Amino acid sequence: MGRQVLLIEDEANITEAIRFLLTRDGWQVDTHADGSDAVETVCRLSPDLVILDVMLPGKSGMDILRELREIDRLRDLPVLMLTARGQSRDRDMAERAGVSRFMTKPFSNTEVLDAVRDLYAQANSR
Amino acid sequence: MARDTLTGSRIRERRAIRGLRQADLARRVGISASYLNLIEHNRRRIGGKLLVDIAQVLGVEPSMLSEGAEAALIAALREAAVDAGTPLAETDRADEFAGRFPGWAEVLAWSHRRIASLERTVETLSDRLTHDPRLAASLHEVLSTAAAIRSTASILAETGELEPEWRDRFHRNLNEDSARLADSSKALVAYLDDSEAAQDTRGAPQEEVEAFMAAHGHFFPDLEEGRVAIGELIEAAPELTSRAARTVGQAVLAQYRADVALMPLAPFREAVARHGIDPLALAGVFAADLPAVFRRLAAMPPGVLPEEVGLVVCDASGSVLFRKALTGFALPRHGESCPLWPLFTALNRPLVPIRRRVSQLGRTAAQFDCFAVAWPLGRPGFDVDPVYHSIMLILPVADSAAPEVQPVGSSCRVCPREGCEARREPSILSDGF
Repeated sequence: MGRQVLLIEDEANITEAIRFLLTRDGWQVDTHADGSDAVETVCRLSPDLVILDVMLPGKSGMDILRELREIDRLRDLPVLMLTARGQSRDRDMAERAGVSRFMTKPFSNTEVLDAVRDLYAQANSR
Repeated sequence: MARDTLTGSRIRERRAIRGLRQADLARRVGISASYLNLIEHNRRRIGGKLLVDIAQVLGVEPSMLSEGAEAALIAALREAAVDAGTPLAETDRADEFAGRFPGWAEVLAWSHRRIASLERTVETLSDRLTHDPRLAASLHEVLSTAAAIRSTASILAETGELEPEWRDRFHRNLNEDSARLADSSKALVAYLDDSEAAQDTRGAPQEEVEAFMAAHGHFFPDLEEGRVAIGELIEAAPELTSRAARTVGQAVLAQYRADVALMPLAPFREAVARHGIDPLALAGVFAADLPAVFRRLAAMPPGVLPEEVGLVVCDASGSVLFRKALTGFALPRHGESCPLWPLFTALNRPLVPIRRRVSQLGRTAAQFDCFAVAWPLGRPGFDVDPVYHSIMLILPVADSAAPEVQPVGSSCRVCPREGCEARREPSILSDGF
């Protein structure tokens, strides 16, 4: 099975663009648009990496991240967080919650691809 | 050099600022120009009557000459030096600088205060972004759409061989997103414009209703005269955009009409002319309860009351249900209000009228008389806990010499009062902002 990414994002067209990009880059991409059962979805799919939007219906990306980090086997799961707010306090909050990388919208495709490749490489070099 | 040995230097600086010649100043205080010259070069000590006379001619307090600039000015200069982080600044000579160049010292201190004030403004706006859910949601919408457009456009521009099916799909997405971006950008600009003008009509239904009431000056002459149905007013209201707001508006106007039936305009106007804004007396005249009198007072057209009044209604959870703004009394737009308001005190003592003279801390610190009462809704029942509402009428105080004034705030975040037992969270403001 190839490298697997779970994209948790409620904006359908962002989802479609990122899925296209990553699929072309050889990733298997699963998508999920609802925050309320996102943690269960991560547990069920066990992806190699998660791309997580902050503002989601049902539950915020910050809360999802905190819950993921409380699960032993997901403590080191690479999580790339996407947000429309790049204030330092949001960045600090995400870092405290255990984010692997923080990216503000609007981002470029190259930035997303590079971040995903880097995070995956780092996780697999440990 | 010690501060008190610079009195002569300060005299020279002040004299220069006023454009006085040394000889003129000397003549006006009855000493020779050469003696003044010695003083100004700190070669003769000066004090007593001569210092007072010179200070009078120069238009300053004697202490400004003998002690130099105010301690606050020197403290501000030292603070500015520390904040600048410049190791070369001669912080130990701040008093000498303030004494010799008081004008420049004031400019520097003012600039430092201004920078601090602007920094707080940035913090406040940043805080607003964090705590204003509508603004945050609008920005999220704009930036998310921009992200989708950017990603999609890059794919179209940079992917060499793109299958027609994908290409068509991305074109369609791009078209949808650009339309969405146009709409959300317009909505955001309108929101910001309206916020600037303090005429925001979006948000919670209560906010729409308040905007509707404010647009009518809280007075509906046709409803007073029975010439219009409530439904017609609601339907014709551009401020009531949501169904929830129209429902709330309907209830507010139904209450208004009931109050009018009990206290028609003409006799109420006469009663106010006779008793003034005395809620208990007015309640007695019309056999009305206090909440109805408060509402009626807040619905008077211009000219009936000697001054404008404000009104706030809340439920037992402290949620504000209705506000009529009053100049000088800040009512928070988002988040919880100050728990020290008599509005909330009244909830602890239902049906007991409460009057407090309050001063809202802030730039103006104006005083207000607040009349509040909480009352149960509906009929009492043995097995049902009553649901309470509380109402507060706010009157500006012209004569602010009351001995007992209760300090209150707007909300904790924008209240500078320190050591308040009711504080829920730190303030983002400090004095003078």
